[in-house]
Amino acid sequence: MGRSIKELLENQPNLSRDRLIPILQEIQDENGYLSEEAIIVTAEFLKLPTSKIYGVATYYDQFRFEPRGKYHIRICRGTACHVEGSLNFLSELEKLLKIKSGQTSRDGLFSLDIVRCIGACGLAPVMDINQEFYTGFSIPDLSRIINTYRLKV
Amino acid sequence: MIVQNDDLKLKLRAFLNNATSVQQKTDIDLLSLILRERVEKPVIYIGTSTCGMVAGAGKTLQTIKNYLEEKEIDAEVVEVGCIGLCSVEPVLDVQLPGRARISFQRVTADKVDYILDGILNNELPVEDVFYQYAQTKSEPWPKVPFINQIPFFANQNRIVLKNCGIINPEDIVEYIAGGGYRAFVKTIRNYTADKVCSIVEESGLKGRGGGGYPTGQKWRTTLMTADDEKFMICNADESDPGAFMDRAVIEGDPHRVIEGIAIAAYAIGAGKAYIYIRAEYDLAFKRMKNALKQAYDFGVLGSNIMDSGVNVFISVRQGAGAFVCGEETALIASIEGRRGMPRNKPPYPAEHGLFEKPTVVNNVETLANISSILDNGPQWFSSIGTLTSKGTKVFAMSGKIKNTGLAEVSMGTSLRDLVFTIGGGIKKSKRFKALQIGGPSGSCMPESLLDTRVDYDELKQNGLMMGSGGMVVMDEDTCMIDIAKFFTDFLQKESCGKCIPCREGTKRILEILRHITMKPGDEKGHETLERFKGVMQLESLAGVIKDTSLCGLGRTAPNPVLSTLRWFRDEYEEHIFDRKCRAGICRELRTFSIDVDKCTGCTACYKKCPENAIVGSPRMPHFIIAEKCIGCGICFDTCKFVAISVS
Repeated sequence: MGRSIKELLENQPNLSRDRLIPILQEIQDENGYLSEEAIIVTAEFLKLPTSKIYGVATYYDQFRFEPRGKYHIRICRGTACHVEGSLNFLSELEKLLKIKSGQTSRDGLFSLDIVRCIGACGLAPVMDINQEFYTGFSIPDLSRIINTYRLKV
Repeated sequence: MIVQNDDLKLKLRAFLNNATSVQQKTDIDLLSLILRERVEKPVIYIGTSTCGMVAGAGKTLQTIKNYLEEKEIDAEVVEVGCIGLCSVEPVLDVQLPGRARISFQRVTADKVDYILDGILNNELPVEDVFYQYAQTKSEPWPKVPFINQIPFFANQNRIVLKNCGIINPEDIVEYIAGGGYRAFVKTIRNYTADKVCSIVEESGLKGRGGGGYPTGQKWRTTLMTADDEKFMICNADESDPGAFMDRAVIEGDPHRVIEGIAIAAYAIGAGKAYIYIRAEYDLAFKRMKNALKQAYDFGVLGSNIMDSGVNVFISVRQGAGAFVCGEETALIASIEGRRGMPRNKPPYPAEHGLFEKPTVVNNVETLANISSILDNGPQWFSSIGTLTSKGTKVFAMSGKIKNTGLAEVSMGTSLRDLVFTIGGGIKKSKRFKALQIGGPSGSCMPESLLDTRVDYDELKQNGLMMGSGGMVVMDEDTCMIDIAKFFTDFLQKESCGKCIPCREGTKRILEILRHITMKPGDEKGHETLERFKGVMQLESLAGVIKDTSLCGLGRTAPNPVLSTLRWFRDEYEEHIFDRKCRAGICRELRTFSIDVDKCTGCTACYKKCPENAIVGSPRMPHFIIAEKCIGCGICFDTCKFVAISVS
């Protein structure tokens, strides 16, 4: 964890309502998720009720309220990936990691998220683990890929 | 790379101020050097936009750098955007002094040594060569096709994508040397805001984000609305899965978008503009931020631009992942820091927009057209295309098509040309089944409609929509009910929940579709009838959602269902009456059986079956009770003896 949330808030150019989403994004970039504390502190700074902040944060898919795993997996569920069978890949990943999308495994190693579209539809199916991209994989490849990450620890 | 020193900056500023008078030989030489019409040492270009990176361009780039360092070769490495043909990424270009720039396809890291060994010694590694560029000042390679001889490129008309994959998107100098920002400087010096609106109106440019509303008219309405402050917003929240042209343009040529925004801001009298970029596009966000910084440093943005007294400030906002934020009022709410929910229109944002001020929201592709229109005049633009639709449209082609990627074609090109000539036809020589056009809330169309031309009105007449230009091609292995279910599921999850028809209606549609693709719980005679009734209800339900929803998302949400029902009704009937999915996609309609000769009675499937649908005793062949089976396929995956077959 880098800067504290307070520091981050004090460095903002202004504290108007329209800065709310960028601020939440910065906090998430720094910490990987939005903790309860982060939301309370932000509310104090922006002089907004915490309920409003939760209201905004839960509306958008990007914000997480659970810490990310060491390896963050994003699997694309866009149209082109769906046509190439991404639903099967997702359920295989859920089976392999024993978590559902949006969750983090108990050992804190993996977290799984669905992304609506990475924008690389020409190469579908697409998945990324900590910004490392995988494409054109099949079901047996998945357990191999996951195992290489397990062995890295 | 040329260092961006003060002397160069002054020269380019002079060039911008009076573009036509570059006559001094040294200046012409300088420009051609920047544009790399001639190079003094080998230049290696590599496409590193998101699609390139996904295909492995990052590793290729690293290998190239290592190679050059190891062999102590003095060469320049340039990262460019995406040329548009995703299926052959990573694309690597090499330009030797005096020779034409030549492209190689599918250059994964392991091929780098081989290709560079060859080309740097003037020998062509023939099998990986793709095409070469036609450059007047350099000698072409023998027996290599030119870029305009490749069918994928030959049938395109690249205006928006002109620089994508060619220039370095991280260097403003290259954009300016190629004629960039000339239109903007000319505009703020010579034209009134009113005149700019007229030019854009005359050109016939319509919104490329899906709406198809005339851009000039939108600007004029805002210009005519009196207020002390106005805003310009560039909508880069490209949230249609299956569309990625906005990403490619921002990653490959960000200054073209900035120039378009700056001209638009001037035309409506706005001093401040926002670019709202989708959350998932990290690289686009980074490149745009970098491009904006350079534009401020150079003095084509900021206050008193080029001593004209005009101020334009652009800031970039990152979206947070909500499909509906592509709708303009929802996008505005999101920038204001609220939940991105649409509101009732009118009043339109042109009168009441961001912070209650008049606001124009334009799509990336629309704005990327603006500089060319002002550069070449409205007549030039309106001469391209059909009677009512002018200019070009970029399509993002994906799915079961050979050449996946981005193609920009003149309006009036037929969809058949797009799929079969530019797209190269269907992968693995399968049969074409359907084309999905217009994003999730667009329509699926059968082969009989393929001769429809790309034209706002012609598409509409055939019950289709241009949308943002996503095109997903499907072959015989795709189940249309599954596709309808996929889109409805997407729209249902992305519905903001503000209005009831959209929130509840999409959920009910999804339920009916799920019911059709599920195995019946118990086999009663009237069940087929019940399921059929569901289809009848689908039609009336879709009508209600269409008529009563608040925003575009709701109003178009039933499209995937309605279009598949209209064109692929036989598949619905098959699912309902025969309980059969011809593509074998609807998992729950599959039937499983155990081959008694192969079954060893290991009981593995018996233990795993979640419904207790498998019976048998150890070391004896097992059986599946068809009535209990839900078709999950777990037994099939579990069996080590390939004793379970699926039909």
